[in-house]
Amino acid sequence: MKKLIITLMALGMAGTSYAGKVVLQGSTTVLPIAQKAAEVFMKNNPDADLSVRGGGSGVGIASIIDGTCDIADSSRAIKPDELAKAAKRGRDLKAHLIAMDGITHIVHPSNTITNLTRAQIKEIYTSHATNWKKYGGPDLKIVVISRDSASGTFEAFSEMVLDKKKVRPDAIMQASNQAIASIVSRTPGAIGYVGLGYVSTSVKAVSVEGIESTKDTVLKNEYPITRPLFMYTNGKPEGMIKKFIDFVKSAEGQKIVNEEGFVGLK
Amino acid sequence: MNKKKERIIKYLFTMLAFASLAFLVGIVLVLFKEALPIFTKVSPKDFLLGQSWYPTAEPAEFGILPLILASLLVTLGALVICVPLGVGSALYLHELAGPRQRAVLKPVIEILASVPSIVYGFFGMAILAPMLQNSFNLPIGLCALTTSIILGVMATPTVASIAEDALSYVPRSFREASFAVGADRWQTLTKVIIPAAGSGISTAIILGMSRAIGETMTVLMVAGGSAVIPSSIFDPVRPMTAAIAAEMGEASVGSDHYNALFAIALILFLITFVFNIAAELISRRFRLKLGLSR
Repeated sequence: MKKLIITLMALGMAGTSYAGKVVLQGSTTVLPIAQKAAEVFMKNNPDADLSVRGGGSGVGIASIIDGTCDIADSSRAIKPDELAKAAKRGRDLKAHLIAMDGITHIVHPSNTITNLTRAQIKEIYTSHATNWKKYGGPDLKIVVISRDSASGTFEAFSEMVLDKKKVRPDAIMQASNQAIASIVSRTPGAIGYVGLGYVSTSVKAVSVEGIESTKDTVLKNEYPITRPLFMYTNGKPEGMIKKFIDFVKSAEGQKIVNEEGFVGLK
Repeated sequence: MNKKKERIIKYLFTMLAFASLAFLVGIVLVLFKEALPIFTKVSPKDFLLGQSWYPTAEPAEFGILPLILASLLVTLGALVICVPLGVGSALYLHELAGPRQRAVLKPVIEILASVPSIVYGFFGMAILAPMLQNSFNLPIGLCALTTSIILGVMATPTVASIAEDALSYVPRSFREASFAVGADRWQTLTKVIIPAAGSGISTAIILGMSRAIGETMTVLMVAGGSAVIPSSIFDPVRPMTAAIAAEMGEASVGSDHYNALFAIALILFLITFVFNIAAELISRRFRLKLGLSR
């Protein structure tokens, strides 16, 4: 019995001190990039052990400050109060730009709307506009779908489109890009917003100010709602963490970024 | 030596028995400690009766009336489903089912209780919500009605099994006396058995309510999550548990938002606490009435 306990304890300690173990947590926008990159990276480096979790940018940054993850995925820059909190805990967070993204507005494929202005989107999300007819669409109730406040996509959207005005209280709040895409795909009156990588044939992307959200328009910064995607590390990355960040930034990693539907930097 | 061993064992079990009490006291203390700071920023009245919940806006607003009403609405809706289903199943099991039917039905109802809540949530999201959306022509299927139905089904086993216990506590002599004065089976059931088991059945219903109001994963998945005072059963809602689960991850420890979420948890705890005390009091009365001890 005693022997068993000692063995278990030794195993437990070995687990925590194992050099190859890296935990990524945060943005669900960055999630598909992180997952695919981790998969390929572990295939190339058999001694690496990466685990990738979602939760939202706010969750990722909160957990890197608390020390429960090694890399925080974020679809927005770190906020001043988070920086202050990190400093208080003695953490020096470094941002690594890994991709660009356009926040794309999606509606049900049956909706005849093809373009909205930024002011119209703001009106839909903050006022009590209830019918698509007002914007030249079908006679249908608008179902506004938003990300919850842990989301970096929400923060970026709120800053770039809503001018930080509050989202109407009857908006449906969802915890991930995928949840928004799947609700929009089966709700005729819905409008939602997702990262470029989540646009598929089951939903219809709406252009903003006449500009479609594509890799090209995002890269040229023509699309009005463009934002950077980050991975944050605690201090200068070292060891396996550095190896992984370098991999994501490499040509091979950026190819994964493009394959997942986002905009690579190379 | 033997006596000493016995005493040690006795202390060990006393400690184990009081462990639950220690957990409860610990939870209550932490809830109060983390919740109370919010009331220095927002008055309890504004917190409970405020109508807008914008915990991360600048300036933040902490009004949880929409969340409380959402929880109450889906719980009431769940009762409409689980009371007839649960009490009905209990009556059938106890009065009409033969031994072979009982042998199948009872375990099946118990299995229903052990289905993980995420499975119910998934079912609600992927199957029930689109179905209701199409049949009622709703703008969106994630709403209070969908949530109520799922919660009702989830609470049914609790109600059924406790109500069945209550029925089985009614002494045989009651039934025999009723038959002896010439009452038929229906009269015996409605005039004697149900009144005698009534408070036990009430206990079952109250515990079913506790189950429904405290459920988290399912409501997070199917309620829609709009923090607005519901005007109909077809509106998307944000019950208290869903708000806590969705927001706790990003609320930084010690912030107003964090304290506000604890305050919601405290209120939820107080509500279920009252439910459980009520259930306990009613069932005590019930046992006395039937002449059972304790």
